[in-house]
Amino acid sequence: MNLLISNGRVVDPSQNLDRAADVLIEDGLVAKIGPGLKAPKGVATIDAAGCIVIPGLVDLHTHLREPGQEHKETIRTGTEAAVAGGYTSVCAMANTTPPNDERPVTEMIVAEAQRNGVCRVYPIGAVSKGLAGLELSEMADLRGAGCVAFSDDGKPVTNSKLMRAALEYARMLGAPVIAHEEDAFLAEGAVMHEGYYSTLLGMKGAPAAGEEILTSRDIHLVELTGGRLHVAHLSTVGAIEAVRRAKSRGLAVTCEATPHHIALTDEAVQSFSTDLKMNPPLRSEAHRRALLEAIKDGTIDVIATDHAPHHPDEKRVEFDLAPFGVIGLETAFAVCHEVLVKSKTIKLAQLVDLMSTRPARTFNLPGGTLKPGSAGDVAVIDLDGATEFASFRSRSHNSPWRGRTLGTRVVATVVGGVVRFDGRPSPAVEGKSRPQAARARGARR
Amino acid sequence: MRSQATALRSKDLLGIEPLSPEEISLILDTAEGFREVSERPIKKVPTLRGQLVINLFMEASTRTRVSFEIAEKRLSADTLSFSASGSSVEKGETLIDTAQNLMAMQPDMIVIRHRHPGSPKMLADLLPASIINAGDGAHEHPTQALLDAFTIREKFGRLAGVNVSIIGDIAHSRVVRSNIHLLTKMKANVTLAAPPTLMPAEIEKMGVRVVHSLDEALEGADVVMMLRIQLERQSKTTFPSLREYFNTFGLTPERLRRANDGAIVMHPGPMNRGVEISSDVADGPYSVILEQVTNGVAVRMAVLYLLAGGHLQES
Ligand SMILES: [Zn+2]
Repeated sequence: MNLLISNGRVVDPSQNLDRAADVLIEDGLVAKIGPGLKAPKGVATIDAAGCIVIPGLVDLHTHLREPGQEHKETIRTGTEAAVAGGYTSVCAMANTTPPNDERPVTEMIVAEAQRNGVCRVYPIGAVSKGLAGLELSEMADLRGAGCVAFSDDGKPVTNSKLMRAALEYARMLGAPVIAHEEDAFLAEGAVMHEGYYSTLLGMKGAPAAGEEILTSRDIHLVELTGGRLHVAHLSTVGAIEAVRRAKSRGLAVTCEATPHHIALTDEAVQSFSTDLKMNPPLRSEAHRRALLEAIKDGTIDVIATDHAPHHPDEKRVEFDLAPFGVIGLETAFAVCHEVLVKSKTIKLAQLVDLMSTRPARTFNLPGGTLKPGSAGDVAVIDLDGATEFASFRSRSHNSPWRGRTLGTRVVATVVGGVVRFDGRPSPAVEGKSRPQAARARGARR
Repeated sequence: MRSQATALRSKDLLGIEPLSPEEISLILDTAEGFREVSERPIKKVPTLRGQLVINLFMEASTRTRVSFEIAEKRLSADTLSFSASGSSVEKGETLIDTAQNLMAMQPDMIVIRHRHPGSPKMLADLLPASIINAGDGAHEHPTQALLDAFTIREKFGRLAGVNVSIIGDIAHSRVVRSNIHLLTKMKANVTLAAPPTLMPAEIEKMGVRVVHSLDEALEGADVVMMLRIQLERQSKTTFPSLREYFNTFGLTPERLRRANDGAIVMHPGPMNRGVEISSDVADGPYSVILEQVTNGVAVRMAVLYLLAGGHLQES
């Protein structure tokens, strides 16, 4: 629980910090930041020379699939993927089997995360029983068991009356409702974005208007209820506009964008690769540009992965038949650094803000900062390194970047002062390939 | 104008989109030679002797399957035909497993019809056999577009500058997409007409004119291509009734008068008489619908021949 991270460049937007410094963690909490810190006796040191040292990344939108879909991912493999990507906290979506709509499910997730998880796991409770969109789940009970937010993500809450009730009830519990915004009628049968490429490929498209309609509805409901809305995976010009207007009127609305919507467009779907099928779908270049603008001007609060593992057998089918979703925990930082920072769209500190500080603040979670006294959750990343995504720690490998090499390399991920991922070359395990060695060490508790 | 290409670049025919104008001309020129075979007393050449062609029809189709089978037999290929009903597909086998099982029989070519876009490409990426797309969902149906072009070229002596109007269910039609690729590559002028509910998003970016009036589409047309209203795919939100559809977009002899003198009427079949086309037109003097069927065999022979490594022979 004690660790010194020395010689790195500490970038912490929560305290406007960007300078060479050491970070000392004691008893799992950040104890000191400053130059020339000495490791107390018996305390291990990570040499972060040439690397950035940032508060660990926080993902507000992860599908860990456990319980019930362990062939896709488990809490163990999902959190191993998380720390490999520099994440120290993930929020687990409720659409498991059974869904997280009752206290025992939440308790199981919390217990399993403590037993076998390698990063912090915050469950998200279902808005409705069985995710059926008909009656509210026992939200207070779920909150008491540890749920940090509520969502029927995977599908929209189509019933406006239920959404109203959810926002009102969650307000009492001090928790946000996370909305997957999609007009179910307009998106019926859709497998990609509706536009030139859906026409070219003869595939059924979901028009951008469908996302905009529900986003606008929910903003009106926030106005009505005083509730707290977090819009998941924003992907269209109109939805961005709606959120921007809501914010300018001081409404309690936040939103997130995913790395894949920031980096890719529907043009890529011409390959028919099912690793490009997700919901919301990859949109057109005009929508992608609007996302970049919204990231620059602060309309987008958070970058969240929507990490959605699916077994290779489920994805090795016709595009129409494949399930929606791509994994993202291991690639998110590398992709966003390339698309946002290397392109000079935003500064590095802003990226750390979008992926760590603001996510933590948005759901009121520990982490997202290296202020003394806060959680000892840290990622050490080599910006000049590279990572080849030939294989994944996630149980699934449905990534648009499978087989690609991207700039940046996670050198170490520290959760509560414990090294949970170690990407440093290790002489101790010679003969083994490094990823395996790192996995073995990352799993040690 | 004779084609400059002498062979196809790809092992597969997945669509018209990847073809060059020279390759399209090559197929059409080669088909001319094969049309002559169909007029002989013994309609068979030994070209594909010893080659195995599998016809994998995972969606019901009589017309296209029969046309391919005749083409294969006239080229002396060994053929096997599978359809979805009663097969392992109905028992939940995936397309990839089906394809790998078929591949164990070592076919030289697989002709595939499937309801999902991109499925021929899945096979092409996986299997060494030549894959011929015989229609994948609403994506492409390249041999239909080739036989349509063959028919137009036969009537007008060229494709460039010919005014082609395509009318009907554009949204759900693979035929229209392949035809647009082919006709625009060959410099024909393409107009599409349908109610906006049957017109897919941004299709004008494919280089076509879009109108929502049958009369406007017929004005100045050399070729009137009527598309089948796919009754099974319509819901009440695409148009109110068949009666209203026929009244607004159905082709009758009176309305056809707006087209150019010598205009021809085409239909990829099967027709819905009284829905998109009246019997007077379908059976009338302008109709080339049955010639399309005959030309289909010659065009498919040309495709099979060229994919088997054949070259255009100068006569
Ligand atoms: Zn979602």
